[in-house]
Amino acid sequence: MTKVFADRIDIDLMVNGEPVEARVPAGQHVIDFLRQELGLTGAHASCEHGVCGTCTVRVDGASVRGCLMLAAQLDGADVWTIEGLSDSEAIRDLQEAFIARNALQCGFCTPGMLVAAEELLAQGGVPERAAIREHLSGNYCRCTGYEAIVDAVETVARQRAGQVQA
Amino acid sequence: MINNQCWESVDAEGGQQMKASPGGYARANDLSHAMLLLASAEGMGRVLAGGQSLIAAMNMRLSTGDMLVDISRIAGLSGVTDQETTLHIGALTKHAEIGASPLIRKHAPLLAEAVTYIAHAAIRNRGTIGGALAHADPAAEFPACMLALGAVLHIHGSDGERSVAAEDFFQGLFETSLEEGEILTAITVPKAEVNERQILQEIARRSGDYALAGLCLVRRSTGHRISLLSVGSTPVLARNTMVQLDRGDIDGAVAALREEIDPPSDTQASADYRRHIAGVLLRRAVAQSRGDAA
Ligand SMILES: Cc1cc2nc3c(=O)[nH]c(=O)nc-3n(C[C@H](O)[C@H](O)[C@H](O)COP(=O)(O)OP(=O)(O)OC[C@H]3O[C@@H](n4cnc5c(N)ncnc54)[C@H](O)[C@@H]3O)c2cc1C
Ligand code: FES
Ligand code: FES
Repeated sequence: MTKVFADRIDIDLMVNGEPVEARVPAGQHVIDFLRQELGLTGAHASCEHGVCGTCTVRVDGASVRGCLMLAAQLDGADVWTIEGLSDSEAIRDLQEAFIARNALQCGFCTPGMLVAAEELLAQGGVPERAAIREHLSGNYCRCTGYEAIVDAVETVARQRAGQVQA
Repeated sequence: MINNQCWESVDAEGGQQMKASPGGYARANDLSHAMLLLASAEGMGRVLAGGQSLIAAMNMRLSTGDMLVDISRIAGLSGVTDQETTLHIGALTKHAEIGASPLIRKHAPLLAEAVTYIAHAAIRNRGTIGGALAHADPAAEFPACMLALGAVLHIHGSDGERSVAAEDFFQGLFETSLEEGEILTAITVPKAEVNERQILQEIARRSGDYALAGLCLVRRSTGHRISLLSVGSTPVLARNTMVQLDRGDIDGAVAALREEIDPPSDTQASADYRRHIAGVLLRRAVAQSRGDAA
């Protein structure tokens, strides 16, 4: 087959604020790249066809399904995973609210859930509970029944809007 | 549909089944580069836009050996522009951008409303309108919207540009009039008239799921346009229903609608149930069109 198509692609990107260079197989998705090549095992691969949301990471400022983007497409991208968001303390209040409200049990969904929730919170204001549920509707949690997650997100929205003390 | 096939392929393959296995990857810099890449792929070329359907299908090994032509970074194929009587929507415009676009909200509100029903935020952040139309899932919202709005699709091929009316574009289950090596570049939709009403009604079991059935209603000075999703192998323009509605006969319209669609029975819903809810959705849409217009 013609050489214009590569089965290994060189990419140059930022991950959690650090520059990364890699050569990736054409079919590798972002989650396998992050987990297997970079050792960033926070976000998970589960359904691998876009349904469960446990692979949610932030790419160029937006939440994306890590299983529905190829690593080859990350050239020039700015990627943030739960590891970077934790280390930078960017979502510390949200993580504390999850713990305080028992918004996680096994924790499998949590890295994706936090990235999705932070995207909503970053829009500012205090979203309605229905809007929080809607925004998180693509992130499955098999443990909590969601109520505590919605509580935690709502609490942080109020705190950030200055409506309650942290 | 994809889901059902998925489990078969998982059983058959075992082990590393959920991994994509394309033949190769190339990123297109611009449209002519993309055309060249497709031409050099010896029939195995496959356009990669948002990847929200294609990568899922590749992970499930429904599609293997594709020579991927990644068009997602091509500048100029994205965004919404005002062209006096029409809106021009680049094929790479993402679902989330359509939902947020002031031009769309003002002149083609049906599309903004459709976005709220499509999948989930993270998928809407990458999925593109061109990808959704080229994919031609009969359960998808945008194809039905194109029929209701009377959109025109602009296609780039080796012989240059051609334009196809939405009614001629959708040809079968996941099948369109796009030929091998062609790229859908843009869509134009007429701008809504001052008193035009555009409404989308659908029923899904959970937020973001594909609809059990859905209906678009457009009412403009020339009459009604009604289209449906999830009631057949393609999105459907319900012509007899439109005639009845233009006469003001709602009961006649509901009867005509149930007559002119031929929905499938599957694990989600029976044909009878789909036919029933199509009529319910029509009544809701008409009531909404009257209430809000008053
Ligand atoms: C969990 C989940 C739920 C979803 N729910 C919904 C839903 O409720 N409603 C809905 O409408 N959609 C839904 N989708 C699909 C989503 O909207 C996709 O974004 C869309 O179907 C495909 O767009 P894309 O840009 O991602 O295309 P891709 O996945 O990149 O491509 C899809 C197909 O179109 C071709 N193609 C893409 N762009 C072009 C082009 N410009 N010219 C020619 N061919 C092209 C590709 O070759 C491929 O065959 C869902 C997806 C997932 C994963
Ligand atoms: S692993 Fe990506 S959505 Fe389930
Ligand atoms: S905490 Fe277990 S899946 Fe959500």
